Amino acid sequence: MLKAIGLDSMDQLFSDIPEDLKLHRELDLPAPMSEMELRDLMMGYVLQNDEGGLLFRGAGAYHHYIPSVVPQLAARSEFYTAYTPYQAEMSQGMLQSIFEWQTVICNLTGMEASNASVYDGATAAAESLLMMRDAKRKNKVLYSAALNPGVIATMKTYAHCYGIELCEIPAGSDGLTDMAALAENLEGAAGFIAAQPNYYGCIENMDAIAECVHGAKALLTAYVNPITLGLVKRPGDYGADIAIGDAQPLGLPMNFGGPYAGFMAAGGKLIRSLPGRIVGETYDAEGGRAYVLTLQAREQHIRREKASSNICSNQMLCAIMSTIYACTMGPAGMREVAEQNVAKAHYLAEELAKVPGMKLRYNAPFFNEFVVDTELPAEQINEALKELGIVGGYILEDGGMLWCATEMNSKEDIDFLIDMLKNIVEGGEEE
Amino acid sequence: MIPTDRKYTREHDWVMIEDGIAALGITDHAQEALGDIVYVELPEVDGEIAIGDDYTTVESVKAASPVASPVAGRIVEVNEALDEQPELLNEDAYGQFIAKVEVTEIDEAALLTAEEYEALLAEEE
Amino acid sequence: MRQSYKLIFERSHEGRRAYDLPELDVPAVDAIPANMKNEQKLDLPELGEVDLVRHYTNLSRRNFGVDNGFYPLGSCTMKYNPKINEEVCTLFEDMHPLLDEDMSQGALRLMYDLEGYLCEICGMDAFTLQPAAGAHGELTGLMHIRAYHEYRGDTERTTIIVPDAAHGTNPASAVMAGFKVKEIKSAPDGGVDLDALREAVGPDTAGLMLTNPSTLGLFERNIKEIAEIVHEAGGLLYYDGANLNAIMGIVRPGDMGFDVMHINLHKTFSTPHGGGGPGSGPVGVKKHLMPFLPVPVLTERDGMIELDYDRPNTLGKVKNFYGNFGVIVRAFAYIRSLGGAGLKEASENAVLNANYIMNALRGVYTIAHDRICMHECVVTPTDEMMEKGVHTTDVAKALIDRGYHPPTIYFPLIVHEAMMIEPTESESRETLDEFIDAMKAIAKEALEDPESVHACPKTTPIGRPDEVGAARKPVVRFVKQ
Repeated sequence: MLKAIGLDSMDQLFSDIPEDLKLHRELDLPAPMSEMELRDLMMGYVLQNDEGGLLFRGAGAYHHYIPSVVPQLAARSEFYTAYTPYQAEMSQGMLQSIFEWQTVICNLTGMEASNASVYDGATAAAESLLMMRDAKRKNKVLYSAALNPGVIATMKTYAHCYGIELCEIPAGSDGLTDMAALAENLEGAAGFIAAQPNYYGCIENMDAIAECVHGAKALLTAYVNPITLGLVKRPGDYGADIAIGDAQPLGLPMNFGGPYAGFMAAGGKLIRSLPGRIVGETYDAEGGRAYVLTLQAREQHIRREKASSNICSNQMLCAIMSTIYACTMGPAGMREVAEQNVAKAHYLAEELAKVPGMKLRYNAPFFNEFVVDTELPAEQINEALKELGIVGGYILEDGGMLWCATEMNSKEDIDFLIDMLKNIVEGGEEE
Repeated sequence: MIPTDRKYTREHDWVMIEDGIAALGITDHAQEALGDIVYVELPEVDGEIAIGDDYTTVESVKAASPVASPVAGRIVEVNEALDEQPELLNEDAYGQFIAKVEVTEIDEAALLTAEEYEALLAEEE
Repeated sequence: MRQSYKLIFERSHEGRRAYDLPELDVPAVDAIPANMKNEQKLDLPELGEVDLVRHYTNLSRRNFGVDNGFYPLGSCTMKYNPKINEEVCTLFEDMHPLLDEDMSQGALRLMYDLEGYLCEICGMDAFTLQPAAGAHGELTGLMHIRAYHEYRGDTERTTIIVPDAAHGTNPASAVMAGFKVKEIKSAPDGGVDLDALREAVGPDTAGLMLTNPSTLGLFERNIKEIAEIVHEAGGLLYYDGANLNAIMGIVRPGDMGFDVMHINLHKTFSTPHGGGGPGSGPVGVKKHLMPFLPVPVLTERDGMIELDYDRPNTLGKVKNFYGNFGVIVRAFAYIRSLGGAGLKEASENAVLNANYIMNALRGVYTIAHDRICMHECVVTPTDEMMEKGVHTTDVAKALIDRGYHPPTIYFPLIVHEAMMIEPTESESRETLDEFIDAMKAIAKEALEDPESVHACPKTTPIGRPDEVGAARKPVVRFVKQ
């Protein structure tokens, strides 16, 4: 091939590169290996993990059952080896899937329009700051302290760059958004971001929050866990202006933190300020129904520095997986899985409260997570559970434990956990 | 033909001032360069704009073009019809204003007569 | 060929179901307060498993990926994605991200090792794997530049210089990071115009973003002078890693003088593009930018990898958790499969393949800049073709009918009617020859029967869609009539 282009050596291909910049040595990396050796190598890494058998932890990533159809269909390489559907004629599969995702998200959240997804829930929250600021032309945005800390940290990073003033609304001793503090701070704010359920697992009174926020002519962004929506009121039904969240609970493995997909949906007028890709329905010249990337003039490849966001991709494959999950579950499955989560978490909470030295912190209603205060240090409890192959509740900064139960936790597992906890507490007291 | 009842800018916009109210729009050349217009981002009535402010963005499938105002003042009217039918700008760019402004200041030096604008178009060809 | 396809919502029959869950083994509770209950039935499809499977299987057949055929989409590096990587990544799927460090040493060690490999490949001092995509990496990298100047109290440095040949994400990311953008015109060969750069830099310069090889597929020969000009003015140099596939093992961004960069793991390191994501956009920095890395930073102590959140000057977090871990595992596997020599060979072959195509198309298409290119080349239809009314779009649509994904079209913006062809190293000479023949046949058809080219694509389920109609009256979800 070199000869075909009139060259004698590979080096000539790189003659534009100044000699003194070139590496002139081999990269210092481990030697190449065969597929078989690679498999062994990877198993070696896996064996360094000690994940435990029973998981009672959530805090932003949730262990749900993923029906086999989800990974099987997502493994169609026509999907996963494609790129952004720039050529609509040969990308109808991807484009239609995204149109279906947008419809699923709209129907789950009760909103009118959805984008094709963003990186994760945290970046969805960060992007929503810009949407609210631009819609209201006000530079202050309020957020609930009862949002996931990773989401808050991400919003703060982005807000610093945007020059947006973020103002935290504390949670009260009941684990819920402090409504008085919210009302006091709304003046001059573009909007408020609240979580449902919130980080402590509590169900917020979003009706009251919406009324308060809209009374001050500000926008409400609801950060919701989508797995709740078969049972818990949808953002559109309490008048949220923007609905966002992380689609991980919908058929995406926990995967040590990613990839997940962030969803963003909004009411009609805000559609043009949604960031990222959006797929629209249209027709070809013969009248056949077709799907295309649309409203692209908002985006970076056209508007460059005036774009509504720099995002130029989405979490397409993850969005397809979540769509397939939601369609597999259907309305009945989405309701049943939500009901099972509530039932398991409440059983776990009741039983935990019977363990000496353990007490539920809040009385507020909750979905599948709740906070427990312990007399024995939480670290000591989790260390002891770890020995038994159990991953206990996530330890909050204040030492409380955030426990989670989903449809994956059987009564037998929960009873085993409780027995072990009773032993640990007794042993701890003897020490 | 370039209408002689109004003034033009080098950025292919037009302005027609009557009784202290300036109607602002884009020229036929501008709409043609943009192609099929799909959205006109109308400004808010009662908003104040300064000379040089982008008071609207006109979008086609392939481009988004912010339009700067040659006048300062308060926006008193927007062409609501463009919200539903942005293609009106393609069909009759000179017959469709985008916004009307109660003028407090005009950047006279930046404005061209129809004749001067025609010469500019010829030059750009 | 033309065939519209029902939406999954249009296949729904009330009462059908594709799921089952175990019987509830604990008491059901009515815990959600009445005013926060969703009393309606969700509007989701109801269908049996086999119908659902057929819907998505057939939908996938209306899509084209690298596994279907040659995909020379310029700047996107659509190389083959080894299947072993798809298997090994599932080994970590059930790991919760908030496991204690001693429970997740394998995953943390893998990330730590990958950071090390990327440092060696790029000549940087540290990497963060947190950014989820290339544009996200750009934003994160620019945040480092901002944090650096802020830390030094150099608050007047508010401008990022971007060549007009750059990807649209560059200026958009700079604005999101809170900078102003100064665009400079490229020299006739698509490289940086040194005089324009000298004029553009000043006390307000925060940095320059550069893609090298450039978006024209040409190596920036003046890179040393560029680095000098920017550094002397007090700015930092940002490397857009979109085109890293051309230079692995040959030259390193760190050695060229770049202070901060991002990599697209889904391009250079062969993780599947997923139809537009998930990707991964690790950011590499030199020592002076390390204090600002996003948290957590992976550190090794006593043989254990730890997540270090205690970093007083960190810029914060750019997403939740640690990055797109599933993508990171695939890239790790790719690098370990190839090793140092393999990566260099990949780059050499990528560059060879691009030059082979460019050389074969000379005379049939117009070559934008006819000199040895790197991993991609930019060509345009000839004047004769365009006189017949055949433009880049038409060539692209004609390629679809011949079983190819078209190159990137109408980019870079500085070349009129651009077609940017990036074959990657994965393709055999036979594949390249067949593609070249197809390009030649289209050029011939354009001159002899332009109407036939205009009618393409003819073999796809839909014809050219009405994009104007879609944007004027956006329909972005299905609503039951």
